Amino acid sequence: MHEEMKNSVERHILVVLPHPDDEAFGVAGTLAKHIQNGTQVTYACLTLGEMGRNMGIPPFANRVTLPEIRKKELEASCEAIGIQDLRMLGFHDKMIEFEDQDLLDSQIDALLKELNPSLVVTFYPGYSVHPDHDATGAAVIRTVERLPKAERPPVHCVAFARNTEQEIGKPNVIIDVKDFLKPKMASIQAHKSQFQAAELVGSKELNDEEIQARFGTEHFWIYPFK
Amino acid sequence: MQLINQSEIQKRIDRLKDQELYIHLELTMGAYAAHLDSSKHSASTFITNAVIQYSHGSISGEGPYRIGLKMSQGWVYSEGLTHYEESETDRLIMAGHDSQGKLIVSLQLSREPF
Ligand SMILES: [Zn+2]
Repeated sequence: MHEEMKNSVERHILVVLPHPDDEAFGVAGTLAKHIQNGTQVTYACLTLGEMGRNMGIPPFANRVTLPEIRKKELEASCEAIGIQDLRMLGFHDKMIEFEDQDLLDSQIDALLKELNPSLVVTFYPGYSVHPDHDATGAAVIRTVERLPKAERPPVHCVAFARNTEQEIGKPNVIIDVKDFLKPKMASIQAHKSQFQAAELVGSKELNDEEIQARFGTEHFWIYPFK
Repeated sequence: MQLINQSEIQKRIDRLKDQELYIHLELTMGAYAAHLDSSKHSASTFITNAVIQYSHGSISGEGPYRIGLKMSQGWVYSEGLTHYEESETDRLIMAGHDSQGKLIVSLQLSREPF
C-alpha cells in the first residue's frame, strides 16, 4: 500500500504546521528528497512557538527573546532542508484552537489559491497530540474540503497520537529518507533552544545505524476526503 | 461549584465579550509542592482585578477544559479548568481542581471588581 515517490514528482508542496520545529522530525527528510527532485516547497508556519518552555540549558532565551530566537532557528532549519519559501503567518502560539476560524481558513485558502500546490502536508486532526497541531490540521482539511472536488490537492498528514493506527490504520505513505539524514539532522539541530542533546538522542551517542533506524523513514496518512 | 458544562460556558463567554471586564487569573501548585516532593519546584501566580476586553473567546477540550480569549493586543489563556459556579449568572467563575479537590487554576470574569 506504499505510494512510490518516484511515480509522484510533485510540482509544489504546501506545508502547513503551527510550530518552528514541527517540520524537523516528521517531514524534513521527505521535503529534502522532493526538493532534490526539483519540487518547490512553501512552508507556512503559523506561530513562532513563543510559549515554548524550553529556553536552552542553561537558559539562553527568555519569554521576551524567545520569539526572535525561534524565528532564527526556523530560518536556519528551512535553509538546511532547502525550503525555498518560508511564510510566518504570525498567529499566537497555543491559541490556534481558539482563533477566529474564518481568519485562519482565509489565510490558508489564500495560499492554496496563490500556489495551487500539487500536494499539501499538515497534521492529522485529532491524532497529533498538541491542540495547535490538531487545530492546524483541522483548518487545512476544512479549507481544502471547501474547494470543488476536482481542484483539491491530496493532503498527506503527520500523526503521532498513541491510538492513531488503532483508529485510522497504518500510514499509507512511507518515505525512505536515509539518504537525506544530513539535512534532516541539520534541521533538528537548528532548533537549538528546543532540543538538548540528551533529549534528542537519548543519554548516549547514537551510531549511524541507530540514527538510520530512528530517523530514516517518515510516515504519512492520506486524508480521506468524502 | 459544578462540573463544567461546555455549551453553557460558551454562552457565558459570548455574553461577556466586547466590554470591559475585571479578571482574576491564577495558577498555583500550592506552597508545599516542593516540600512534599523535592523534585517539584513551587511556583504560583495570580493577577486580580486587571481590566480586559475580548472580542472573541472559546472553550475547548474534553475536560479538563482550555479557554482562550482574544483581545485587541493579546490573549488570555487558561488550561485545566474543571468546575464553574452555575448560580453566578452575571459573572463567570471557573476553576480547575485536582484529584484531591485542591484548586490549581482559576479564571474569573466580572463587570464589577472582585
Ligand atoms: Zn508542534
